[in-house]
Amino acid sequence: MTYTKRLDGRKADELRPMEAKAGVIPNADGSAYFRAGKTTAYVAVYGPRELFPRFKQDPKKGLLRCHYGMLPFSGCGDRIRPGNSRRGQEISMVMEKALAPVIDLSAFPNAVVDVFINLPQTDAGTRCAAISGAAIALADAGIPMKDMISSVSMGQVDGTILADLNYDEEAYDGVVSDIPVAMTHNTKEVTLLQMDGEISKDDLIKALELAKAATEKVYEVQIKALKDKFTKK
Amino acid sequence: MSTILIKEKDIVTPGEVLAEGMDYLPGPNTYRAGEKIISKVLGVAFISGRAIKITPLAGPYIPKTRDKIIAQVIDIAMSGWRVDTNTAYSAMMNVKDATTRFIKRDEDLSKILAIGDYVVVSITKVTSQNLIDVSMKEPGLRKIEGGRIIKINPQKVPRIIGKEGSMITLIKNKTGCEITIGQNGLVWIKGTPENELKTQQVITFIENNSHTPGLTEQVEKLFK
Amino acid sequence: MISNKETIIKLAKEGKRLDGRPMIEYRRPIQIETNISWTAEGSARVQIGETVVMAGVKTEINKPYNDTPNEGGIMINAELLPLSSPEYESGPPGMKAIELARVTDRGIREAKAIDMKKLCIESGEKAWFIIIDIVTINDAGNLFDAAGLATLTALKAAKFPQVDPETGAIDYKHKTDESFPLLKEPLPVTVYKIGGKLLIDPTSEEEKAHEARLTVASDEKGIISAMQKGGESPLTIEETAQMIDLALDKAKFLREQMDNSLK
Repeated sequence: MTYTKRLDGRKADELRPMEAKAGVIPNADGSAYFRAGKTTAYVAVYGPRELFPRFKQDPKKGLLRCHYGMLPFSGCGDRIRPGNSRRGQEISMVMEKALAPVIDLSAFPNAVVDVFINLPQTDAGTRCAAISGAAIALADAGIPMKDMISSVSMGQVDGTILADLNYDEEAYDGVVSDIPVAMTHNTKEVTLLQMDGEISKDDLIKALELAKAATEKVYEVQIKALKDKFTKK
Repeated sequence: MSTILIKEKDIVTPGEVLAEGMDYLPGPNTYRAGEKIISKVLGVAFISGRAIKITPLAGPYIPKTRDKIIAQVIDIAMSGWRVDTNTAYSAMMNVKDATTRFIKRDEDLSKILAIGDYVVVSITKVTSQNLIDVSMKEPGLRKIEGGRIIKINPQKVPRIIGKEGSMITLIKNKTGCEITIGQNGLVWIKGTPENELKTQQVITFIENNSHTPGLTEQVEKLFK
Repeated sequence: MISNKETIIKLAKEGKRLDGRPMIEYRRPIQIETNISWTAEGSARVQIGETVVMAGVKTEINKPYNDTPNEGGIMINAELLPLSSPEYESGPPGMKAIELARVTDRGIREAKAIDMKKLCIESGEKAWFIIIDIVTINDAGNLFDAAGLATLTALKAAKFPQVDPETGAIDYKHKTDESFPLLKEPLPVTVYKIGGKLLIDPTSEEEKAHEARLTVASDEKGIISAMQKGGESPLTIEETAQMIDLALDKAKFLREQMDNSLK
């Protein structure tokens, strides 16, 4: 049976309602809160600051380090035991790669910019929310960036290409592909691309084309969060 | 045909296209990509002739020689003191740059400056790797005693000083406080506790409203 | 981070603080929100001044411990998230997180705030276990009080999840209407001694300048369920009594704030 009507009634290219705010953690150099549907993320940026251990220091430029973690009470089922999970470490690494193409840390040799992301509640699309929130927090911290990065999880369920899968869609009993994507705003270049499931090349390319419009909608929310910080009284 | 897409004093975000066409020039915190001039930071746009520049609304202090900063002693070495500059880079102050008087070879340096002490110093040297040397020898540079130190956004330092020091002078006159502003975003305030607090609140107000018009009038109102 | 330690001590001797507050007043705003995480069985977000803390409650069904076959259990964890302060690093909990968790835990456990027997499903076989995770979002001082308030509020707001009657599996996505069996509502208040004077709700800077501190957890009737002394200076018995009095008085204020937010 083809999945034509989404479980939550959204259109195929419709994203979940989003909300974002910049500068929410006073101790941090930059910070953000980002929500896509029921997935929420807090992001804090500290840096540039001194980097330990010393052998990781790069005399040519600063290092970007992401630390992603779901809070123990944020999973859809059981409690998540605190501590580094391999999934968390991998997501931290792909986040770094997703943000690196636009971040310019050449003015900060040997230093590190740490990005901490924690999610109090989740409903799929966690790494995408983390990346979108991180881009806001980095801009909020005044880190030089050539462009913004916006991220959304595209997907395909039973042949239909969709934007912003939620947990129920990811777990749908059918042929499902989950495709987290991140793109630059100006050139719409891909900085994050992962996929698991079953999909043809043509459908994947279609999904990436649709991701252009989807990430643009995320971009609008990110920019509003940054500008609102200075225009709201 | 070149077009400018933003107005003077607009708030722009990283990646925002400011102008299209070769008639415009990329000033500080912008870059050119093809025909476009694009912002590299979250900041306020200014147009000066053909150049578009962005003044960042946030971001780290970049150490420069001859800047006056407030630093904290974090270590004592054989030859001097290591100080925290509120950046990713600590600085060295050699014994001979701490004071004009002669320091004996085995003098206990911690009696001059102890770990935890705050000092007002001048940056004398910055290498390409951001190794920094500082000196406390010029007039006005000293160890800090009493009062309170607050941390502010280093990008707002010029606004708190004001044109030719007008803003800081206004605050000093109204509160009677001694105020020393470090370019690195640390500010030392000394007066009565109530006036120190008032000074701190006014400075925070300026930080939060630095980009709004009529700032001086708004600040004057805070003292009424 | 900045330390104005000497000035803080000097001002405290005169009964003053850097931010001009009275010694015995909490910062504002105080904001308490519940159900801030749909995936938790109960949750709360507490803000005191710039300090923000969240607590989330999860439940499990396990075999009771051998020495208490008719009882369920409770466990409280705390994580000082690196995102909440430049002073925290990723990694296993340090002493500060451990102390925060254990002091908050004892406040609830020793008050016998939860009727553990009502958590029993089948004697010796199945019982509910409640796990509370406290996390810091912005640490601007006084985590003990914020964490205690968040924990109690989350427990009060929590509901048991549904259980499949056939398989016995927990259906976390659907909650019942049943609240936890709370018998008492203990809240901790921490009193600090700086410059020989007492104060509450310290900022991070004030915490660094303290000589001693005393956390006192008490219930609605003013019965003390847990205490913890910290800091390197000793306290006279008289000082201890004064600190307890202050803590009991301030617990009333926090309780009012909590009740107002739960209406």
